[in-house]
Amino acid sequence: MIRRIRGFSVAMASLGAGVLLIAMAGCSGGGGDDSASQNTTSRGPITYVQGKDNNNVIRPLIAQWNASHPKEQVTFKEQSDQADQQHDDLVQHFQAKDPHYDVVDVDVVWTAEFAAKGWLQPLTGDFALDTSKLLPATVKTGTYNGVLYAAPQSSDGGLLYYRKDLVPNPPKTWDEMLQDCSIAKSHNMGCYAGQYAKYEGLTVNTAEAINTAGGEIVKSDGRTPDVDTPAAAKGLTMLVDAYKNGDIPQQAITYQEEQGRQAFEAGQLLFMRNWPYVYSLATTDASSKVKTSMAIAPLPGLTATTPGASSLGGHNAAISKYSAHKATALDFVKFLESEDTQNTFATKASLAPVIASLYDDPTLIQKLPYLPTLKTSILNAVPRPVTPFYPAVTQAIEENAYAAIKGDKTVDQALKDMQAAITAAGS
Amino acid sequence: MSVTSGVSADDKAEQDKAAPPPRNRGSSLRKGEGKLGLYLITPTIVLLAVVIGYPVVKAIVMSFQKDPGLDKATGMFVSGGNAGFSNYTHWILQRCGTVSCPPGTLGAEFWDSVGTTFFFTATTVVIEVILGMWMALVMNRAFRGRGLLRASVLVPWAIPTAITAKLWYFIFAYDGIANRVLHTHILWTGDQWASRFAIIIADVWKTTPFIALLILAGLQVIPADTYEAAVVDGANAWQRFTQVTLPLVRPALMVAILFRVLDALRIYDLPAILTGGGGGTGHATTTLSILVVEQIRGGFNSAAALSTLTFLLIFLVAFIFVRFLGAHVVQTQQRQQKGTI
Repeated sequence: MIRRIRGFSVAMASLGAGVLLIAMAGCSGGGGDDSASQNTTSRGPITYVQGKDNNNVIRPLIAQWNASHPKEQVTFKEQSDQADQQHDDLVQHFQAKDPHYDVVDVDVVWTAEFAAKGWLQPLTGDFALDTSKLLPATVKTGTYNGVLYAAPQSSDGGLLYYRKDLVPNPPKTWDEMLQDCSIAKSHNMGCYAGQYAKYEGLTVNTAEAINTAGGEIVKSDGRTPDVDTPAAAKGLTMLVDAYKNGDIPQQAITYQEEQGRQAFEAGQLLFMRNWPYVYSLATTDASSKVKTSMAIAPLPGLTATTPGASSLGGHNAAISKYSAHKATALDFVKFLESEDTQNTFATKASLAPVIASLYDDPTLIQKLPYLPTLKTSILNAVPRPVTPFYPAVTQAIEENAYAAIKGDKTVDQALKDMQAAITAAGS
Repeated sequence: MSVTSGVSADDKAEQDKAAPPPRNRGSSLRKGEGKLGLYLITPTIVLLAVVIGYPVVKAIVMSFQKDPGLDKATGMFVSGGNAGFSNYTHWILQRCGTVSCPPGTLGAEFWDSVGTTFFFTATTVVIEVILGMWMALVMNRAFRGRGLLRASVLVPWAIPTAITAKLWYFIFAYDGIANRVLHTHILWTGDQWASRFAIIIADVWKTTPFIALLILAGLQVIPADTYEAAVVDGANAWQRFTQVTLPLVRPALMVAILFRVLDALRIYDLPAILTGGGGGTGHATTTLSILVVEQIRGGFNSAAALSTLTFLLIFLVAFIFVRFLGAHVVQTQQRQQKGTI
């Protein structure tokens, strides 16, 4: 019996040591590499990685590419439809230096993180792209530290939805909009709402308010916070005051995009900040009470001459540094950027193009009537902070803006904390 | 029934003791038997070491590594090197670099989420045990349709938590059923206490049946004659409950409470979906597990330290339960099999 126990403990001890060894081995590795200069002229089959293709637009495009590139076939790897899962999937494959993740579709807010980790092929030298036709704000989302790392593929900007039956002329400034709130009151409905639940949408809305008032969240280097300023305070105060006096209804603190859309479609809101996807739903949904009485305008600005500064959504296409066939990958990225492909994205999937001229295309406008307004929005847009610490930065913005809007914190204190939290994120 | 089986088991044990086992194997053979036993259990041990030991050890090793930091000159991440205990002090002392963590960083939320997690655990388990006991007592009676009741009580437990959370999310929406029925205008997912109670209500709805079933299993092994004897002795219903039912159901009850406490301490899915960890000043319903998942995106090594802390905390609670409160999971089952309880 004793012997048996001893044998057992010896076995356990050696097993434990083995486990430790495995753990140690897992930690080694890493360090610098020169994969950026490898495989730059190599051609061959590649894989394109993207989140769920809801509108079945990418497969036909790839089929079209494959028909004309028999030796450089593209395989489509489809991820889930959850942004967080897409992010984590990409991180895992980059960490494993997977040579089969050649061209990847990255959310605009992840680009800086992936670039700073050294996972993306810089689009310089032989890889340089012609960005002259693209909307400047979209190019900024793919740029980190002055270098373009990802090619803008699709964009998105905020719009002001309003009730043209009640407000004949859409407000051009924030103050004008709040004056129209008396109309909302007399019709017993809420005046204005965006997305103020504590999630990414609150960062979008806070950044819009701050940027509209002339403030900024981080300086142009993407790292130095600059949010504890009078201009930023003015921007955040616009939201805080409107929530306090009820112009933004109390329940809007729980709103994500969908709750706001439902309230607007039910006729409970006079004004709403939301993305272009709402347009077709609000005009066609059977339950929508505002099918014919809604209209869109650029986001209200500080003065009548400049519209509000929208935050930018959308995705960029990037080439993995570990790709085995980078020349093919670059051609495929250029194919995604081409006017024809962008046109297909817009018509088939309602994705906002990144090429400026497409917004003036009459046939496209007929299909997507919000395009001219969206163009104004994106031309005045400011990307969300391009920082490699985006998860921590957005957390700092959400948490403190949420407390300020709810009145748990003064605007000054919230901005001071936001500044300190963004600083801590980068240290 | 259990009494008779208990007697027979004891008899058998005595018989075994009385008559020595008819073994004529020598000591060398017994030694070989021991080796054989070792070989037989080795695959299991290896498997356990790989699936349980490796992640735990790896997390601990990682927690002493710094997360990659940014090289200000190149703008690129460089590997962080040895961290010492800085990942742990980051959470426990709420230090972010050289300053204390400002509001809006995950580090500043550590103790709040410890408090939230324990608050959820304490309130949900207390309510669930009281309601579960009541439900178990009802289900233990003989009446028409008892099988149907037992099955229907299980329905909330059978629904996946993610779906439960989404259902309650709709119920607690501002225009949802809860506010309509109560004629209130409560921000169930925004207010500090409303959001916490929303989680507690949803959790109690979902897991009380689980507790009730575990207690019911304990109730069913209580022999009916103990109640008959109590009645003969003139005990009233309350005395029968406190003097007979409670002591006899205690082992099963303790196991149920232990399971629920450990489960509640690592709660993630319900608050993550129902409130996103929000409410109050922004993190009123952020539990430790939610904090870990949020931190993973901001740096694996710091998240490893946080998971290790969470692991130690839950381990400590489990230890206290087993050591001092007598929740002997394995022994209880063995004794139940032997029929000594």
